[in-house]
Amino acid sequence: MDANIKRIYMDHAAATPLDARVREVMMPYLTEEFGNAGSLYREGRRAKDAVDDARTSIAHILGAHADEIIFTSGGTEGDTMALAGVARAYADKGRHIISTTIEHHAVLHTLDALKKEGFEITLVPVGQDGVVDPKDIERALRADTILVSVMYANNEIGTIQPIAEIGKIVRKFRAAKADLSSGPFFHTDACQAAGYLDLNVTKLNADMLVLNGSKIYGPKGSGVLYLRRGTRMRPIIFGGAQEGKRRAGTENVAGIVGLARALEIANENREQESARLEDLRGYFTSRLTREIPRTVLNGDAKNRLPNNINVSILDIEGEATILYLDAHGVACSTGSACTSESLDPSHVILALGRPYEYAHASIRFTLGRETTKQEIDRVMEVLPEVVTTLRRISPITVAEDAKGMSHPEAFAGEGLRVKADSKNYK
Amino acid sequence: MDTQDNKKLTGAKIDVINHYTGEKWYYSDIVKEHFFKPQNILLDAPKDDEYDASGMVGSPACGDMMNMWIKVDPQTGRIKDLKWKTFGCGSAIAATSMYSVMLTENGGMTVDDALKVKPQDIMLRLGGLPNRKIHCSVLADKAFQKTANDYYRKTGQNEKIVVEGARVIDDRLNITDKDIEEAVLEGAQTLEEVQKKLKVGVGLSEETLTDIEQLIRFYAEKYYG
Repeated sequence: MDANIKRIYMDHAAATPLDARVREVMMPYLTEEFGNAGSLYREGRRAKDAVDDARTSIAHILGAHADEIIFTSGGTEGDTMALAGVARAYADKGRHIISTTIEHHAVLHTLDALKKEGFEITLVPVGQDGVVDPKDIERALRADTILVSVMYANNEIGTIQPIAEIGKIVRKFRAAKADLSSGPFFHTDACQAAGYLDLNVTKLNADMLVLNGSKIYGPKGSGVLYLRRGTRMRPIIFGGAQEGKRRAGTENVAGIVGLARALEIANENREQESARLEDLRGYFTSRLTREIPRTVLNGDAKNRLPNNINVSILDIEGEATILYLDAHGVACSTGSACTSESLDPSHVILALGRPYEYAHASIRFTLGRETTKQEIDRVMEVLPEVVTTLRRISPITVAEDAKGMSHPEAFAGEGLRVKADSKNYK
Repeated sequence: MDTQDNKKLTGAKIDVINHYTGEKWYYSDIVKEHFFKPQNILLDAPKDDEYDASGMVGSPACGDMMNMWIKVDPQTGRIKDLKWKTFGCGSAIAATSMYSVMLTENGGMTVDDALKVKPQDIMLRLGGLPNRKIHCSVLADKAFQKTANDYYRKTGQNEKIVVEGARVIDDRLNITDKDIEEAVLEGAQTLEEVQKKLKVGVGLSEETLTDIEQLIRFYAEKYYG
């Protein structure tokens, strides 16, 4: 509980620190190189050159053309733009969109909004391993399907989706149609995958791919939407003619330059860093599940991001665990309802077929470049004690293979009709 | 909804600022103290008849659960001991710890008086909770209501048992005042937000809508006022 305690940061899926090399290339554009990239004179041209160079560099890493790169303010804008922009552009060809139950809210809530505009949404479930079966996507495809959106890697449980395979299915389906320009088009949210997985859009068969600078040691407020040539998109932000008339607004030059540098560094270190983190992940996971009884890993053990560990420490509530760990200097996150603005438990853990008590008890550790084995050892020094303390407070014992609630009666009784876990109890 | 209510409810959105102290941290120092050192936790499984009454409740708003046990002095009717356990968050732990202290300090309250303790009273003693977390402290008094009922039943004071009945607001959709209460505790502040929580978009009559709006005001006042 010492305020000067050395912090152990294990929430890299939420935010990453800005790499010093990234900051270095950004600094001039935050100071003397302040020109508007749209201006014709020298200051403007220099800003435009910087944006163009960044675009070329990113296009190269994605295996794309420079004009297929659209700079955005981050992952949420990229996802919203891709889904709403493309759906609206093809609404006359069809109104059916396919996605999955474990997408980020940037996708799910955009789809909710599109539903109100008259689009029909099919959410394909995932298996208990947190991975979608490409065959389920194939079965959901219809003549009027214009869009398919599947995340590359899940932000909560890190599970990696078979994007290349799904992309191939979507492409084949489109090719077999008489009207090739009627879609479906394939979008993937790659915000969490960047830095760990191959982002080549040709190999992935992706028509749209979204990145976020702040997840790859770049600046917050920076992002990219890759949009394949020939895919029409209506803007969602109106104004100037920036980004090929697809995204209005003065270019965030420092952010764009920083994002490009961050992606270059992430790409260079990708394989080495992934291998290092995979070892640490294995070490951490085995210590967690061995040394803390009744701890269950959420999502497939192997087919997940090298930096992601998500466990449900049964019978204790996530927010309480987070706050106790915070007091010990450890930063991590939870899918508990108590920490979300909406008071809804993690839709991802629920989508695995687990009861809400699993979501309530889930803890996510996401490792990063600075994470060491010593840090993991330190967490394992304090966590078992925290768990013991909170379990002494807890009145429940959740079964390790539970599919339903442990004590539905607690939510009912005495003539009170109560909804819990989508069921009614009396 | 009039302007004053609107203002109050808009203010309720700022959840990291403690409205009693203005402190911009998630929880006040008193909350932290009770969270890290909760009082009156039941540590060992109770023996038969060790406690005079008990109750268990769950919060449909967030899934927290709470168990409570009491010992009552048969002579004075005062609460001699109150123990609890929770599968709950920081606010639930801190609020229940404080509640257990309030009911047992200074020789203990009578069960009748203890039932008059309101969530706001716990809040005041804690130095405030983020608004979004108020439903966590409500759990403590709901657990106590159930425990008190158990006590009254066992001591033959059946007339004192209060069953939280639900009043049906809309027959067809089977919406009750409890549903509205839940929605408000989950943070819904307007008719539209309540409808979204209850997943009812259309088909409600004008009278029902007015009824719901009144209940939103009532519960907003009760928990956030």
